[in-house]
Amino acid sequence: MRVTVRLFARLRDLTGFAELVRELPPGATVRRLWDDLVQEFPAIAPYGGSISAAVNADYARMNAAIQDGDEVAFLPPVSGG
Amino acid sequence: MPCPLLAIGAIPLDAGMLAAAVQAAARTADASDGAVATFVGLVRDRNLGRTVQYLVYEAYEPLAIRSFERIAAEAAERWASARLGIHHRIGRIEIGEASIAIASASPHRGEAFAACRYAIERVKQIAPIWKKEYFDTGDVWIEGAVADPQDAAARQEALRRACA
Repeated sequence: MRVTVRLFARLRDLTGFAELVRELPPGATVRRLWDDLVQEFPAIAPYGGSISAAVNADYARMNAAIQDGDEVAFLPPVSGG
Repeated sequence: MPCPLLAIGAIPLDAGMLAAAVQAAARTADASDGAVATFVGLVRDRNLGRTVQYLVYEAYEPLAIRSFERIAAEAAERWASARLGIHHRIGRIEIGEASIAIASASPHRGEAFAACRYAIERVKQIAPIWKKEYFDTGDVWIEGAVADPQDAAARQEALRRACA
């Protein structure tokens, strides 16, 4: 299945991508996608313990299952206000 | 066009307009509001010993709007008669300009102040918004809270600050 990945702030700077499309096996979780990205972009590995995720613009847990066509966003610690 | 209560955009913020919109949103025949509290967050010229030149904010906009909706719903759960408006600016913001405006209307001042304070604390905890600080010798992304709307301890801390 195919998903769109959105990366923000320093994650975008570290990877060089604001948006990516990646293939995943059926039933893959958000964590699986994150682990794939860490393989591809080792510089983001330190964010493993502080990342938040969203699926289709709603906060999601790392163990959430992804569906074909989903948009999955990875969010570094926030600093709004 | 009516002013939306929850919004993100690149145009300069107008807290007065937001306050009027929050009031208008619930003005009924018996107009029960006795207080409007506003909070405006400004870009400072100093942070952690650095001389800041300007900030650039970005947001994951659809989720940020949903986060504002969640914050407004949480506030309504705690202060039933208070209503919130939250406007956050993105893009480049100069020193002294506003990055966020919050207004809350309520029959009494206590609830209006508390809901307003609660909203800014929760925005800092869970809104997917980031600022990059440009200072005299470089730039850096500021990273604060790990965003988790389900984190009960964080929500409790925001409530504690709101009621302090």
